[in-house]
Amino acid sequence: MIPEALALSAVLFTIGTIGVLTRRNAIVIFMCVELMLNAVNLSFVALSKLYGATGQVFVVFVMTVAAAEAAVGLAIIIAIFRHGHTVDLKNINLLKG
Amino acid sequence: MPATSSLFYQVHFYLFGLLAIASAIAFVTRRSPVSAALWLVAVMFNLAALYVMLGAHFVGVIQVIVYAGAIMVVFLFVVMLLNLGRDGELSDFRGRWGRLAAGLVGLALLAQVMALARTRFVTGLQVPAAPVFGGPPDRGAVGDIAAPLFTEHLLAFEVTSILLLVAIVGAVVIGKRRGAA
Repeated sequence: MIPEALALSAVLFTIGTIGVLTRRNAIVIFMCVELMLNAVNLSFVALSKLYGATGQVFVVFVMTVAAAEAAVGLAIIIAIFRHGHTVDLKNINLLKG
Repeated sequence: MPATSSLFYQVHFYLFGLLAIASAIAFVTRRSPVSAALWLVAVMFNLAALYVMLGAHFVGVIQVIVYAGAIMVVFLFVVMLLNLGRDGELSDFRGRWGRLAAGLVGLALLAQVMALARTRFVTGLQVPAAPVFGGPPDRGAVGDIAAPLFTEHLLAFEVTSILLLVAIVGAVVIGKRRGAA
């Protein structure tokens, strides 16, 4: 089952990457990043079946970092929305030269 | 718990895997952020089922509680706070060239990872003859994770708590209204 789980992880990561590249809504892009983190977690869990529980400990760390990232990222999105009344990345070009 | 090779186990493993892929595809293709978020919750539930089937019971539980229960609720809350629930405002997707480029990058990435998974990678990883994970039966699902977490990885655990504190303070400061202080 471990090769299948790794392949599923690869597929989910790819879908998340495609989502990041194709969407323009900042919140949806954030959710795509969460999907990519989930795919990596699946790899960790699958490999922890071979290499002991350390992989699952790392999944706990990844989840913590994902929660922190979601909190800060969404706060930034709210601040940007207050500034420009949009979360469309096409309209957020303050750093464009 | 049924053996890994039993038909029951395999059918359900593939079932949850296919459901996860289908939900992920639905997630990426929905225009409305709310339905996208709900499809992502579906992906996370399927992944939790797969975690349990892979023997990681505790991770499966916190996947449901933390990811599907807390993080996704924060996302939905922000979507509703900013009133983005309607899907009308132009198309959320990039133009044709953006999609084409994304498809090509996705295909390349998938081919790469699949090629890695098919060749030496996995065979090289299957060095231990018997699965290591399983642990002493008396520690239970939580003890298997708690023991390494609070011994080997104690420093990382503490650093993680500092990270969470910083994230909380940062989120409050960034999200605060300018004049409301």
